Amino acid sequence: MTTSHSGSTRYRERVDSVSKDILRNVRFNQGFILWMGFLTAVLAVCLFAYTIQLRKGLGVTGLRDITSWGMYIANFVFFVATSLVGMLISSVLGLIGFKWVKPIARIAEIIAVAFASIAGLIIISDMGRPDRLPNVFIYGRVQSPILWDVTVVTTYFLVSLMLWFIPMIPDLAIAKTRLNGRPAFLVKAYELLSINWVGHKKQVKTLNEAGRILLILIVPLAFAIHTVTSWLFAVTPRAGWDSSIFGPYFISGAFVSGTSAVIIAMFFYRKSYKLEKYLTDFHFEKIGRVLALVSIVYIYFNINEFLVPGYKLKTLDEIHLKELLAGEYAPLFWGVQLLGLLIPVILLLFKQFRKPLPMVVIASFVLAASWLKRYIIVVPPQAHPFLPVQNVPVEWIVYTPTLIEIAISVAPLVLALMIITILSKLFPVLPIHELAEEETLAVDGHETDLAHIDETAVYNEEKKANNN
Amino acid sequence: MSEKKKKENPEDSKIDEILESSRRDFLKMVGIVGAASVAGGAAIYSGYRHEKAKSSGETIKVLTEDNRLVEIPKDQVKDYKPDLKVLQTRGRLGIKGKKWVMVIDLSKCRNARKCVAACQGAHHLRPYEYHINTLVMQESKNTPAYYMPKTCQHCDNPPCVSVCPVDATFKRQDGIVLIDNERCIGCRFCMAACPYSARMFHWQEPLDAEADKGKEYDVELNVPQKKGTISKCLFSADRVREETLPYCVSACPNGVFYFGDENENAVTNGTTKETVMLSELLEKNAGYRILDELGTKPRVYYLPPKNRIFDFKQGPATEYKETT
Repeated sequence: MTTSHSGSTRYRERVDSVSKDILRNVRFNQGFILWMGFLTAVLAVCLFAYTIQLRKGLGVTGLRDITSWGMYIANFVFFVATSLVGMLISSVLGLIGFKWVKPIARIAEIIAVAFASIAGLIIISDMGRPDRLPNVFIYGRVQSPILWDVTVVTTYFLVSLMLWFIPMIPDLAIAKTRLNGRPAFLVKAYELLSINWVGHKKQVKTLNEAGRILLILIVPLAFAIHTVTSWLFAVTPRAGWDSSIFGPYFISGAFVSGTSAVIIAMFFYRKSYKLEKYLTDFHFEKIGRVLALVSIVYIYFNINEFLVPGYKLKTLDEIHLKELLAGEYAPLFWGVQLLGLLIPVILLLFKQFRKPLPMVVIASFVLAASWLKRYIIVVPPQAHPFLPVQNVPVEWIVYTPTLIEIAISVAPLVLALMIITILSKLFPVLPIHELAEEETLAVDGHETDLAHIDETAVYNEEKKANNN
Repeated sequence: MSEKKKKENPEDSKIDEILESSRRDFLKMVGIVGAASVAGGAAIYSGYRHEKAKSSGETIKVLTEDNRLVEIPKDQVKDYKPDLKVLQTRGRLGIKGKKWVMVIDLSKCRNARKCVAACQGAHHLRPYEYHINTLVMQESKNTPAYYMPKTCQHCDNPPCVSVCPVDATFKRQDGIVLIDNERCIGCRFCMAACPYSARMFHWQEPLDAEADKGKEYDVELNVPQKKGTISKCLFSADRVREETLPYCVSACPNGVFYFGDENENAVTNGTTKETVMLSELLEKNAGYRILDELGTKPRVYYLPPKNRIFDFKQGPATEYKETT
């Protein structure tokens, strides 16, 4: 009894020190306002470009009958792919029992929420008649993979949102008493969102169960969203899309882009939020190994995807592969494969490159290459259909994205950054109670019995003390 | 028996529904007219006298939809104009008992492109927007080149219909695959799925957008065309309803196209108007379907370009050139 009591006292001290570090960043400082102002300005330009597209039609893009899916769809695939990292980190690695993912899990969920919520919007920007979006719900036909995609992306977004929110409830309860000097609405929001969390035994049990169910549920869901996204292409007979490994090919690629996004976010939070104490070199070392592993898996699928058709060289596969490996797209293809996949893997095998600074450089290359890879997957296979393309203007044959199209494609990134900023600026970006628990555990040698910690009681005590 | 038959046939019941609703509308109108006549009896009476003096009293015999011969005053006859609801309902159902089929004889095509022009005229398309396009084909370096008119293949296993998320493109009972541009959301999944590149998209305001404004949309003609939606070859479903040959078929000066009903095993040549047996035509000329190995089961057959009656003159035209 005495040990658990002293444990809980120590836990409270830890909570105090950890929350001081984490909550320091929950404020509207000048940097936040400037950054959001900048994003809003960029977004305004992008939206202006979109109004032009709405008025004049999709003809303002480089898309035409031959290549009718371009940058927008590549962007969509990239966003869905990147959002998959939430599942990889908090679910797969978390359920296996890796303790080091604890401070990273919430960052991964923030990225999952931001990217999954925007993915749907990108599809709307690609629609010829966005005003008819309700038709998808009124006349929806289950045999169309688009319906599957709409369903699973929405579900994945909601479950990711819950996976971000539910483990944060104890943090909100901890933080609501420690938000001095913040706007009243934020304190109110924390109080509301902490849904009467007092750390009671029953609450802890419910929280853990809910978290566990969601962590298990999100695994098939995440596999579903990206497999279905790959099927948008794989269900057609076109060379370059007609592949039976497109599902795992996409998923392994998704882990690569998502992990690199998390590394960039970790680096940024560590630096500008001054979280060096919690996001240590050790965490970077570990996530660096994850990036190397998922990249190696992706290389394996790449070999399958290109070597097998390359061996048989069926007429249309031959045209497609020639274009990719030695033709018009060769610089892009080899740039992506070498700078974005092969060289990063080789570098990450060495310990000195699994340090924060080299890793953020590597991750930036990988993330950029991931976007270009989606472009290579989406665009080139359309250029060579089964029947020859004849008697059309030359700009109908060669796809070149226009400035308006590029501006509209930037909008989703801006929106995702806005969501990431808001989620990580208004709410604790690292799990306070888990970090405090971990530190206490390191000292005590056993887990704190959270049932003894009544946050409301603490709050009342503090209030009393303040009044006196 | 008749009840059962009615249930089995959705077309009948739908048409019944339309007739039922128009009857209800009619009765409602009679009611209003009746009320008005009670209210303004005197005025109506004088009006009647005036009308009687004007009217010739001539009648005309008319055959109704349910095969009744009726007599109505001649001055009450109005041209029948189906409204959107009727056009959409009959457009989606297609023509009962028919299975339309096209045969294209490659040995006769000399790239006159009259089919293309007729089609673009009927469907209000620009010169580089195609429902039908004539392609220069050459399988390999040592095999001769030939011209190939390419329409939508109206597949019996259409990949475009499978992937459409909103049932905007659909397969009718008479074999025709249509596109409803009142419903299309413009996602272009059908374009990605079609191995024949048969579909086009309105990337900009359609050619006759201004002139066609206010016209009732006929899904069988796909006019007015709409910006941000798909358009495609319709096997001239509007012409077929009137029992005439499709625009491209009758425009061809070289006897390339045959069109007809698979159920009747008869196809008619658009130039010579000669009707031949479909099975015999395909068998004697080694008819085939393009990309049949993809399992799409096209409804367009090709006769190989053997013993070509015209010389091949033009090299492959990969680019569109404005003809002045």
